[in-house]
Amino acid sequence: MSAQNLAQGERREIEAKDNRAALAALKAEGYNVLSDMTCVDYSKQGKSPRFDVIYRVMKLDLETGTDGGRLELHCAVGEEPVLRSVADLWPSADWLEREIWDMFGVKFADRPDIKRLLLYEEFVGHPLRKDYPIGKRQPLIGPKDGNLPNSPSFNILKPTITGE
Amino acid sequence: MSTTKTSQKTYMLNMGPAHPAMHGVVRLMLELEGEIVVNTDVEIGYLHRAFEKHSENETWNNVVPWTDRLNYVSPLINNVGYALAVERLAGIEVPERGQYIRAIACELSRVTDHLTCVGASAMELGSFTVFLYMIKAREYLYQLIDQLTGARITTAFTRVGGVKGDLPAGFAESCADVFKKVREAVAESDKLLTKNRIFMDRMEGTGIISKADAAAYGITGPFLRSTGVPYDVRRSHPYLVYDRFDFEIPVGTTGDNYDRYLCRMAEIEQSLRILEQAFAQIPAGKHSLEPSEIKYAYELEDMGKAGRTELIQRYAAKVDQTLEGMGKAAAADTRTADRAVTLPPKEQTYTNIEGLMNHFELVMWSWGIKIPPGEGYTAVEGGNGELGFHIVADGGDGPYRVRCRPPCLYIMAALPKLLNGSMIADIVPTFGSVNMIAGELDR
Amino acid sequence: MPLEDAAPAGTMTTQLDAALGWARKYSIFQYPFVTACCGMEFMSTAASHYDMDRFGAGFPRFSPRQADVLMVVGTISHKIAPVLRRIYDQMPEPKWVVAFGVCTCTGGFYNNYSTVQGIDTILPVDLYIPGCPPRPETVIQGLTLLQEKIAKERRVGK
Repeated sequence: MSAQNLAQGERREIEAKDNRAALAALKAEGYNVLSDMTCVDYSKQGKSPRFDVIYRVMKLDLETGTDGGRLELHCAVGEEPVLRSVADLWPSADWLEREIWDMFGVKFADRPDIKRLLLYEEFVGHPLRKDYPIGKRQPLIGPKDGNLPNSPSFNILKPTITGE
Repeated sequence: MSTTKTSQKTYMLNMGPAHPAMHGVVRLMLELEGEIVVNTDVEIGYLHRAFEKHSENETWNNVVPWTDRLNYVSPLINNVGYALAVERLAGIEVPERGQYIRAIACELSRVTDHLTCVGASAMELGSFTVFLYMIKAREYLYQLIDQLTGARITTAFTRVGGVKGDLPAGFAESCADVFKKVREAVAESDKLLTKNRIFMDRMEGTGIISKADAAAYGITGPFLRSTGVPYDVRRSHPYLVYDRFDFEIPVGTTGDNYDRYLCRMAEIEQSLRILEQAFAQIPAGKHSLEPSEIKYAYELEDMGKAGRTELIQRYAAKVDQTLEGMGKAAAADTRTADRAVTLPPKEQTYTNIEGLMNHFELVMWSWGIKIPPGEGYTAVEGGNGELGFHIVADGGDGPYRVRCRPPCLYIMAALPKLLNGSMIADIVPTFGSVNMIAGELDR
Repeated sequence: MPLEDAAPAGTMTTQLDAALGWARKYSIFQYPFVTACCGMEFMSTAASHYDMDRFGAGFPRFSPRQADVLMVVGTISHKIAPVLRRIYDQMPEPKWVVAFGVCTCTGGFYNNYSTVQGIDTILPVDLYIPGCPPRPETVIQGLTLLQEKIAKERRVGK
């Protein structure tokens, strides 16, 4: 029945200043899968800190394929402190953190330069923030042409952009 | 004569976003040493369509068409996943027949997903025939889905609280017919591919990933099952009526492309099994009216004009095909009885004022369904793995935030691990077995 | 001396035009620039049930240099727009562009920060096939309209 889906897991809160320690402890306990990581912007409800980064971890038994338990970890964070990256604990965190940076502007420390995942590099702003209007148009980036100052280059050795 | 020292550098090759393989748009920047791939950088986001941002500006039911376009080869699964997530937050129960219909829709979509994936990846390896066979089989399924929902691909079939309409008359028979044809097409493709020397040479031993790596990357679905982990959301967190079906979970051993191909082919068969069980178990619908109880709309109008409104209540109108299966008997079976959530049947809307007001209140902006504030995550088994929806509600008429957990994002993140050390020619079967759907990946 | 000056009253050039038009319309080499859901209907149209091959448009050329019809199938985002433009520029003349699906015609219901609101903002489009996604019958109707357009083009003796 639809009401009995247990994929959510128990809810816990973790502190933003030691998110890595809490997550590393959970990994040591046997939570071997970081199943999802997302963020919610509560600025429209006036909450502070503004963002709620949600980590979803799971214990997956590799032999029997059973779900040994899930946890939903909420980490309230604002512009400060900067969350520590957990990409070395779970490799899936790398892209998930890039996506959160891309869409919300939540920074992560202790990881290789963060770059946008879903949007083009010249994009300005973080669209899933509540104050970013959905229909805001940015200048259409043009084809690679010597005359256009903002044309993208396909040089993959270009250093990544770190800020917004 | 002086000898010059030669240096060896790696060569950067861009497999750019305009891919000849019909997988959509993804960019692979490969660092090559001869034919061997030394490093890969995957760039995604070429189909970012702001699904999550749009769903914040829509009402609860209006998000359903947006979810269709996430994993567009299995759209009904996305619809059902989103609807389940919302219903769980609000505590809405869908009647049993509606749940069976949703399960049927999900499994039909899963078969189309696997058919498309295997067909497209076979085509890239040179087997155009298998592609045509698979698409032929898929075409029969699209016609079934067309009969059921009104559209072939982007169906918007599910509503919060139920489904749009009941199964059309004779659906079980046409399905049984189609399943036979699908099984024939799959058997033919199996004969052409499974023991084919070229296919096996290219798929076996390429794109290997270990269990631990797959789990560490958060991979689920046929990709994870091919490594030997029998994890399926339908088994571990049964939703809808999946706990009543008897089906196997095909599991591979080595985690290479060949195992994934075999897993997907086996899953097609298992899905067909589930569908047959669903048709056998589904509770009978009240919508199958006697032909004498169905009258043309003009006849009902005449009755109304003659003042015989009790006759209008007794008979059902012969309606347009697009409204079939939405009558009041069917509505009781397929949608929740909670009138704050689903539209009243048209007989009520058009014949009495309470029905009209109910309909009005549900469709007017800033009225509509009200979900109490809260947040919740629900996972369903998509074609690629665990498809999750995390919904945050704030009591408004639409979601505050919808997060879709895309199963193929994790596989794409693991692509460097799959490709490094292999040759360029191995990229094609590996990428084909990833079943990357850009709609889901980039959302 | 140009052909049109030598021939009397353009008779030969119209016959040549007609012949070239006939030849071109039945040998369409498409470049399917497939991004999204419309790609599924494109596959359905190209496969055996609806079969674009009977219109001569069966074999896609996966290099823009060898193609003459650029079928833009599926939503175009700002990230892929320069790539699309580049591919269009790489195609040799004569070339035609088909906007397949409503996302390419007008942006569809994706009125947001990341979708190009119609590819006619960046490319000249010859045929619009609306639909989300268009049924294969719609695609075939569009294809026959495109064939008429190709046949009627005047190339010689403008």
